[in-house]
Amino acid sequence: MRNIWTIARREYRHYFISPIAYIVALAVLLIVGIYFVIVLYYVSNQTLMYGATAPDISIVIGPMATIFLFATPALTMRLLADEQRMGTLELMLTAPIRDGELVIGKWLGAFLFTLTIIAITLVYPIVLNKLTSPGIDQGIMIASYIAIILLVALYLALGTAMSSFFSNQFAAFFATLAVLLIFWWLISLPTYIIPSGVFHDLFVYLDLNGRFGSMTRGVIALSDVVYPISLTVLGLLLSTVAVEMRRWR
Amino acid sequence: MIRVDGLTKDYGTRRAIENLTFEARQGEVVGFLGPNGAGKTTTMRILTGYMPPTYGSAKVAGFDIVSESLEVRRRVGYLPETAPLYADMTVYEYLKFMADLRHLPNAEDMIDDALEMVGMEERAEGYVGALSKGMRQRIGLAQALLHKPEVLILDEPTIGLDPAQVVEVRKIIREIGKERTVLLSTHILSEAQALCDRVLIINKGHIVVEDSPENLQARLVGAERSILRVKGDADELAPKIAEIEGVQNVKAQPDGSVEFQFAPGMDVRPQVARAVIKAGYDLLELRPVGMSLEEIFLELTRDNTKEK
Repeated sequence: MRNIWTIARREYRHYFISPIAYIVALAVLLIVGIYFVIVLYYVSNQTLMYGATAPDISIVIGPMATIFLFATPALTMRLLADEQRMGTLELMLTAPIRDGELVIGKWLGAFLFTLTIIAITLVYPIVLNKLTSPGIDQGIMIASYIAIILLVALYLALGTAMSSFFSNQFAAFFATLAVLLIFWWLISLPTYIIPSGVFHDLFVYLDLNGRFGSMTRGVIALSDVVYPISLTVLGLLLSTVAVEMRRWR
Repeated sequence: MIRVDGLTKDYGTRRAIENLTFEARQGEVVGFLGPNGAGKTTTMRILTGYMPPTYGSAKVAGFDIVSESLEVRRRVGYLPETAPLYADMTVYEYLKFMADLRHLPNAEDMIDDALEMVGMEERAEGYVGALSKGMRQRIGLAQALLHKPEVLILDEPTIGLDPAQVVEVRKIIREIGKERTVLLSTHILSEAQALCDRVLIINKGHIVVEDSPENLQARLVGAERSILRVKGDADELAPKIAEIEGVQNVKAQPDGSVEFQFAPGMDVRPQVARAVIKAGYDLLELRPVGMSLEEIFLELTRDNTKEK
């Protein structure tokens, strides 16, 4: 545990001196902010004229889920790829720590940084709560934030795995993006062509987007939590195996 | 201490080292000597727990390198070929990070000690990325020394250092070698000569020879050699020297001296001196020359290639 924390702390600090991390944080906050303001302005006009319903938390969570699809690979791409390139992987692999501790520490550092960005976005629900009457649904808000946190946890774990496969950051970035797009979007497509049955159900089960959708409506099923956590564990496991494989080459 | 038994490592189909067996005791500096690609780094990486051997076993500080890898890694200080540093940290932060990973109780004192040993106390607050090659090498060494390890494994420790720093680092290694076990690799032969109690010459994954630097010289010099320097034309003198009984291989050197050999135990130098005077030359210098480790090394590695 202690070693995981030592490594996570180093990674977390590293983000605050890395330009990529600032650009990513800025992009997330800027896009979510602009979207928020525009939707709010539009809806307030509509409400005045036609009495439309007040916007809910989905106007913050929706764009966040999409941006993190692109932002998290940028945060994880250097985690292990850079260690290989700089030769410090040799230092880590000859230090008295387990390979799993190294991988989990790296992931945790990225996760904590992403949580920091997510924490900043909490200003939007607070603002929204003030502007609308009788305020936003607290339950949906909490469920939505749990959903986004589970989502980035697995994004980052898959990114960590990709970063351990490659010694080139950009290869790691695009591989991560491809894998995330598969789980977020592509995997739901077969449900349209496969008639009901085991395979149809399987793809429905694997569809991240669908699960995210139901969670942000305030309904959290056990499998909605188990599935992203399993993917997170799988990513970290794959990453650990990849690091171990480097020893055996 | 280090005990290596039948260590073999294959990279795919290429065999990097084959059946290496050697020992390094406490209080001993053992030098790994060999051309590039001989298997020095591979052996060191196996001993530090970076990768497992294909066959064979080894014990470092009393622990098995495969089944008790973490115990080994706790007790070994390792400086890889290129100093592994995080450019985005200050020297102090970097060493603190390594100290935390090693769970050192009084990290501050140990960092200070390590920095003092390598003479980098003043750069503790500087960023690693801003350091010169020699300084980076010294920080890498500080990292290896940080936890006062029982066994120190150094891959080309003086590479990239300026001559003054080389002297300094050698002094540190010799100091540590008094109480602990040091295994270092080098392809600079004078370094092995200056530092090591024992030298292992390794070529193409095999140990070619293992001995002290002094014994190596004595063992391999089949004939004794001397250099003769006179006032006057050495080219003319050379044939006269060759006539003396027992003298072999007379060669006039481009620098105006004459080199000759004679069988061990049959010192012909008095006869040579007399011949020089008799021929009307003034004798300036007559001294024996040992075979350098360079020559021994070339000799050994050449023989080895011939066998193949």
